Amino acid sequence: MLLLRAIGLMLLLTMAGLTPSKAAEADLRASIGKFATATGFSATEAVVRELAASGDPAVERPLSALTDGNLYIRKADSQVFVGKESGNSIELLDPLSGENAAEAAKADLTKIKVNNGLRRVIRDALGTLTLRARDASVRLAAAMTMFKTPDAANIEPLDAAIAAEIDPSVKALFEQARAASVLVSDKPEADKLAAISVVAARGDRDALSLLTSVEANARGAVKEAATAAIGKINATLAVWDAGQNIWYGISLGSVLLLAAIGLAITFGVMGVINMAHGEMVMLGAYTTFVVQQVIRTSFPGLFDWSLVIALPLAFLVAGLVGLAIERGIIRFLYGRPLETLLATWGVSLVLQQAVRTIFGPTNQEVGNPSWMSGSFDVGQLAITWNRLWILVFALAVFGVLLYVMKRTAWGLQMRAVTANRRMAASMGIRTPWVDALTFALGSGIAGIAGVALSQIDNVSPNLGRGYIIDSFMVVVFGGVGNLWGTLVGAFSLGIVNKFLEPYAGAVLGKIVVLVLIILFIQKRPRGLFALKGRAVEA
Amino acid sequence: MRGNFAKITKILSAGVVAAGLLASASAKAAEDTIKVGILHSLSGTMAISETTLKDVMLMLIDEQNAKGGLLGKKLEAVVVDPASNWPLFAEKARELISKDKVAAVFGCWTSVSRKSVLPVFSELDNILFYPVQYEGEESERNVFYTGAAPNQQAIPAVDYLMSADGGSVKRWVLEGTDYVYPRTTNKILEAYLKSKGVPAEDIMVNYTPFGFSDWQTEVSAIKKFGSAGKKTAVVSTVNGDANVPFYKELGNQGVKAEDIPVMAFSVGEEELAGLDTGPLVGHLAAWNYFESIDTPANKKFIDDWHKFIKNDKRTTNDPMEAHYIGFNMWVKAVEKAGTTDPDKVIDAMVGVSVPNLTGGYSTMMPNHHITKPVLIGEIQADGQFEAVSQTPGLVMGDEWSDYLPDSKDLISDWRAPLSCGNFNVATGKCGGKGTN
Repeated sequence: MLLLRAIGLMLLLTMAGLTPSKAAEADLRASIGKFATATGFSATEAVVRELAASGDPAVERPLSALTDGNLYIRKADSQVFVGKESGNSIELLDPLSGENAAEAAKADLTKIKVNNGLRRVIRDALGTLTLRARDASVRLAAAMTMFKTPDAANIEPLDAAIAAEIDPSVKALFEQARAASVLVSDKPEADKLAAISVVAARGDRDALSLLTSVEANARGAVKEAATAAIGKINATLAVWDAGQNIWYGISLGSVLLLAAIGLAITFGVMGVINMAHGEMVMLGAYTTFVVQQVIRTSFPGLFDWSLVIALPLAFLVAGLVGLAIERGIIRFLYGRPLETLLATWGVSLVLQQAVRTIFGPTNQEVGNPSWMSGSFDVGQLAITWNRLWILVFALAVFGVLLYVMKRTAWGLQMRAVTANRRMAASMGIRTPWVDALTFALGSGIAGIAGVALSQIDNVSPNLGRGYIIDSFMVVVFGGVGNLWGTLVGAFSLGIVNKFLEPYAGAVLGKIVVLVLIILFIQKRPRGLFALKGRAVEA
Repeated sequence: MRGNFAKITKILSAGVVAAGLLASASAKAAEDTIKVGILHSLSGTMAISETTLKDVMLMLIDEQNAKGGLLGKKLEAVVVDPASNWPLFAEKARELISKDKVAAVFGCWTSVSRKSVLPVFSELDNILFYPVQYEGEESERNVFYTGAAPNQQAIPAVDYLMSADGGSVKRWVLEGTDYVYPRTTNKILEAYLKSKGVPAEDIMVNYTPFGFSDWQTEVSAIKKFGSAGKKTAVVSTVNGDANVPFYKELGNQGVKAEDIPVMAFSVGEEELAGLDTGPLVGHLAAWNYFESIDTPANKKFIDDWHKFIKNDKRTTNDPMEAHYIGFNMWVKAVEKAGTTDPDKVIDAMVGVSVPNLTGGYSTMMPNHHITKPVLIGEIQADGQFEAVSQTPGLVMGDEWSDYLPDSKDLISDWRAPLSCGNFNVATGKCGGKGTN
């Protein structure tokens, strides 16, 4: 009997530890029920504040559901549920326990509306509630929110959290958040001065933003300390800004390189003015779209691999179209640059309209795989993953192409035909086929550039238009017929552009770059790395 | 080479014209129909937005014919393709009016295309319905503006951001594409913000070229501007294709709507269709219509649209509603006048009132602009907007902005006896800075 009772007591105790006590739970349910009668954002906000004031971690579930727009009211009985979409109906979960409660059609439910103000209030509320969460990344997020929304009331829970924290990186953030809260509290001057040095040590834009508002409201020694700290942060940030411009320039350069590298073959090596080059890029992007569509409908698990799968397909699609263009049109026009220009311009219009007819004129959605989303920080520099991968990819494509041109038999034949067509023919090289394959290679590379560009630009029939001018600019600037010239040309144009942009603005910056290129071409008509020798005159 | 290049452009444009002529020649001429011209680009850069408007016009005309046509006659659509080429808009407009003898034209998207056709419409005396939000500073006898004027979109949007609900914004970034609509709108907004006591150092204006795709510097400048300890918002008049890379960069650099909201005037459901809107939830747009508006009229319109276009994924948007309103107004005015003669229809148009899709009525005012509700919506994860604020009543389009020194004294009233698009109330004369 005693044993039974002891077990019963233990069970009760563990249950009390896991779920809120009955009375508290009833209170919470009553508060959550008020969502059903709240009209307007301010009324909903009052309910959120009431829930947050309970300090009960259990309110996290309904509040996060509310931010995500997943909190519903059942019209029949005004009950509040967390909804989970499953097909056409919505699965209703209990807002506190998260257990499956019912199912309902969309029409029988009202979604509780949220706006930015409400999301902010919830985020702040969740910040204090999740300070003791088990997951370190959740605690980290809580510390970041609390730093951005300092409040004197936060000091006490933060003190407790700092004492209990074991992860040093989270602890440091907690201390910064505490310092931020001290700055807006009415603590004595000495505490505030210490807090300023903690915040100043952080040294980023959020710290700057906080100190600027402190400086505006403070007096005496605190104001002086804040001013000094702001000056110091600004000085460091100026250095990082320069680094940021270089990174942005390199990143723009990699995009230019990708767009231009196929053209460096068709125009640079073969001398064909291919106005349909941009459309090859577009075809690559559309191939990515089709691949993702198939993956979305048939193999959702493979989504992160969609780009890898799209690469060879895009190369094939664009390469085959390029082959068809060369065999069908361009081979009759070698040595007649003007006619080639006109014919390929026509081809570009045909391809654009064809894509418009098949896929429609509107943008198509190409998703970013998870490894290409978001950013990471290097010091005060935010580097976005998609830009970094595009840079790596551009350099890889360049390396492979260089290898093909310099180290393979095919590359040798290509260069031989370019250097002296008749001599090459006499040596037994089938020049027409080399031409066709070279053009297909250039087009195929434009296609894989399209896969990468689909990650940062619109996938629309006009995609190629935006890149054709820039591509020609890079190839001409770098020196026609020289792959290294294209590389250097792309990166220098990118960096010059990004250094001008903050001072001159995007519009003027672009004009200045164009003028500089015109002046440069006047001085060196063959570009940065001019080809020398007989081939030039041929 | 230079001479050759000029020749090439000439050959190219001649080719485009010839293609257009062929297309319109195939439209058969029948005596007992009323012809309606549709002047929207079906190729070139603007096709992305304008093709949808051509389709919605065809749908509206079909529906009217199913209801028995107009004045006992069937309506016949005459579609031409001005190919996103501004001078070609004027040529195509002339062709529609003089050759096809259309009763009215529905068309144009960009302001520059509208400006290019204005002289044609006043010379040949026909009617143009213009369905897109624009910068104002214009009122023409032959044009009916069914899109929003700045006070029906930009000013209420800024008011919302300044309010407590919108986050009490104190610092403003005006980000736009470099052409007439953003420049004029930003000029009006700057004057408006200053009149509300916003100091000049809290306003940053920046422009980017058409189709701009590398937003890294701009987004980091916005982040930098936003870290001055005051609530900051971006008001974006970025146009068309440039929006997708802009929003992608915002998402990647972690600019959250709760911290720095972006209020857009040119981003609708169509633009969002090409985007993963997950990271963009909460960014805003100001329009007079959202697809998510829950009214019976809107539900029917969306169903009809999906049936007509045979694709239930296609979205509806604000300019489509503007054509819906404009077309119904024109039908009503023609019935009222008993003829399709443009002069009589223009006179009959003023005061015509038709239901809009957001549950109210829109009325044509004497200044040839219409009354509309103004809605502020937040982007949702499913690519739709959810209205978070709506003006209490209808807002009347104000063509001459009260916040620009050049136009604050001007009004327009196309009813007799005034019949003037730029009447100066200070001098009591018709004229002044009207022709823009």
